[in-house]
Amino acid sequence: MKRYIWTRRQMLLRGSAAFGALMLGGCDRLSQSPSFQRVLSSAERLTYRAQRLLIGQSLAREFTEADLSPVFRSNGTFDPNNQVYNGLRANHFEDWRLKIRGLVGRPLELSLAAIREMPSRTQITRHDCVEGWSAIGKWTGVPLGNILNMAQLNPEARFIVLYCADELERGDGGYYESIDLIDAFHPQTLLAFALNDKPLAIANGAPLRLRVERQLGYKQAKYLMRIEAVSGLDTIGQGKGGYWEDRGYEWYAGI
Amino acid sequence: MMATNVTTPEIIRRHSLATRLLHWINALCVFLVLMSGLQIFNADPRLYWGQFGASPDTALLVVGAHGFPHWATIPSYQWLSAGRRWHFFFAWLLVLNSFLYLLFSFISGHVRRDLLPTRAEIAPRHIARDLWNHLRLRFPRGEAAKRYNVLQKLAYFGVIFMLAPLILATGLTMSPGIDAACPWLLTLFGGRQSARTIHFTAAMLVALFILVHLLMVMLAGPWNEVRSMITGRYVIPSVKPK
Repeated sequence: MKRYIWTRRQMLLRGSAAFGALMLGGCDRLSQSPSFQRVLSSAERLTYRAQRLLIGQSLAREFTEADLSPVFRSNGTFDPNNQVYNGLRANHFEDWRLKIRGLVGRPLELSLAAIREMPSRTQITRHDCVEGWSAIGKWTGVPLGNILNMAQLNPEARFIVLYCADELERGDGGYYESIDLIDAFHPQTLLAFALNDKPLAIANGAPLRLRVERQLGYKQAKYLMRIEAVSGLDTIGQGKGGYWEDRGYEWYAGI
Repeated sequence: MMATNVTTPEIIRRHSLATRLLHWINALCVFLVLMSGLQIFNADPRLYWGQFGASPDTALLVVGAHGFPHWATIPSYQWLSAGRRWHFFFAWLLVLNSFLYLLFSFISGHVRRDLLPTRAEIAPRHIARDLWNHLRLRFPRGEAAKRYNVLQKLAYFGVIFMLAPLILATGLTMSPGIDAACPWLLTLFGGRQSARTIHFTAAMLVALFILVHLLMVMLAGPWNEVRSMITGRYVIPSVKPK
């Protein structure tokens, strides 16, 4: 009979083990529940508001040449390798045009040469991947705000959407990203055409990529093709404002 | 009648309602941020030192090919975006809960009365004796059991006033947004990758604290200890061991 009776200590131990197993299983179930995920996502809005309040127009730290990563690693797409991109690449992007469309008074089409001739900014900044690693690189490019001023943004424009030439998976509709106007007009937000004093390599987003220095790596859209000023993000892609955002990552990637 | 008087155990109110409530919210949050933190760590299970650090660079520490086993992570399979949502939600809750705890504990005198070691207690001789007693599993009884012993005080004090603020500050240093607002954090910790390494190390020390904490609860009488954190009632162990 005795072995059927649990001591208090055994009860606590076995109870805790059972509780632990239940909790882990429960966490997995909750991770798959859309309504619970909406609850967890409320933290993103809190983070966005708190950071916007705290960081204002402050600049990301700029480093010196001595701080550069020996190798600036690439992630995501290393080579878009599709018909359109390969065609542009074969001609050293001479036929490539950056289109600026949407809620603007003056739609633009800019060649790479035209962008290179505009007043540029060079900055040595840290690139932070959502996976946890960081690399420091020297970027040269045109402040996005200057180009948006040229295109004369309409008052109802709220977001800038950037469309890219690469697909991470065949048929996914292409990589895209979006930022708010605070980041779009931030002085360090660049359309960059050079990394470490050399034209952007294919792996790093040639011919042009975004640098939005106070957010994580997946916001730094590569292989830019088209920029669109919009009033909302709901009707674009799957409605979350970006390729990875549509796959569960935060739209505000300041953390 | 004499006999009942002798055997009636002394019961005290060990923990205030605020301590008990905040303790359990804290316990839930700490487990969830630790395990979702390991999920985030597994996305790049290498630690670096300095301003930068990525796969082409030299790592300080590499944890296996895939990091921690899945039973230790939330969710229990590789899913970084979900891990981040768990982590940030419960990190906010943990910060809020800790703020309430500190507010309450300073105002009520809990910190000064119960957590701060006295001058006599931090004498090396006293600490050594307490340590020796703990190693022999001889825990305080009678009058001495009514207060935290010095090892308890040092452990609680260290976690609350050293590890917790360190984890919060290094966590914020990993945010590119916060770094723009507070570049001094990068100077303080020697870079984002150093901050990530310190964040991880401090979190492992908290995990170690929890392990010892649970072990002590088991050894000191789990029923009495757990009940005291739920109802507040704590039976003072009699002076003479049974």
